Amino acid sequence: MLEALFMYLKVILVGGTICMIAELIVIKTKITPARILVIFLMVGAILGGFGLYNYVVDFAGAGATLPIIGFGNALANGAIAAARVDGFFGALSGGLIATSAGIAVSIGLSYLVSFFVSSKTKND
Amino acid sequence: MDKQTRNEKYIEYVEAKTPKAGWFTSLFHAFVMGATICCLGQMFSDIIRSFYPMMDLLTLGSWINIIIITLTILLTAFGCFDRLAKYGGAGTFIPISGFANSIASCAIEFKKEGLVFGIGAKMFYVAGPVLVNGVAYSLVVGIVYFIISLF
Repeated sequence: MLEALFMYLKVILVGGTICMIAELIVIKTKITPARILVIFLMVGAILGGFGLYNYVVDFAGAGATLPIIGFGNALANGAIAAARVDGFFGALSGGLIATSAGIAVSIGLSYLVSFFVSSKTKND
Repeated sequence: MDKQTRNEKYIEYVEAKTPKAGWFTSLFHAFVMGATICCLGQMFSDIIRSFYPMMDLLTLGSWINIIIITLTILLTAFGCFDRLAKYGGAGTFIPISGFANSIASCAIEFKKEGLVFGIGAKMFYVAGPVLVNGVAYSLVVGIVYFIISLF
């Protein structure tokens, strides 16, 4: 029980800190959110390519995989793991295979939802 | 009205509309929102693991992503996600929820421009750069790893 509580503490610490760093960059430099997403993705892919981010994932679980850094890490790790098994073809296909479920669900569900919901004009 | 007074008025208007919260407050909000989303993910991961203890970490991570993405898109469809995003700032867009929300809100926003060039093309207005860069990085990492593994 105490161990589970400690795990959630680590999740809060790591997940919150990553978001806080991004917010600090937004406030201090006025870089647009889309650029920050790409920068964090790049950081994740680099850390994942060197195999360093897996230590953070072991430490903080969902606190490390849910931020976009974890997405970059999954892309890099997938490419490496598939290259180990399938050679060059794995290097080409592995990244997308590892993240395909999330991408497919976001695209498919958004497409479905957009048929039922229309944008409303904001009146504030 | 000449250009200068118009610009001054515009800057005044922008400053009146931008939220007044100090940067320490918005940092705290980002921390709280990011931590909440990650805790939610960890909770779902614990629940899934209690049912399927043998599931490997990669599949588990994908399932957490899918659950958070589904929740985000549903909240976006019901129009509640705007308020969360206004409160959380980077805390809502750095987790995978930001990626899902950008796709869903763009799809809803550009629905009136048609099925192909509206939803189909503009859906990736924000998420496109993330996908393009992500795929490119994964290719680079995979090919570099393959070349290193040859020697």
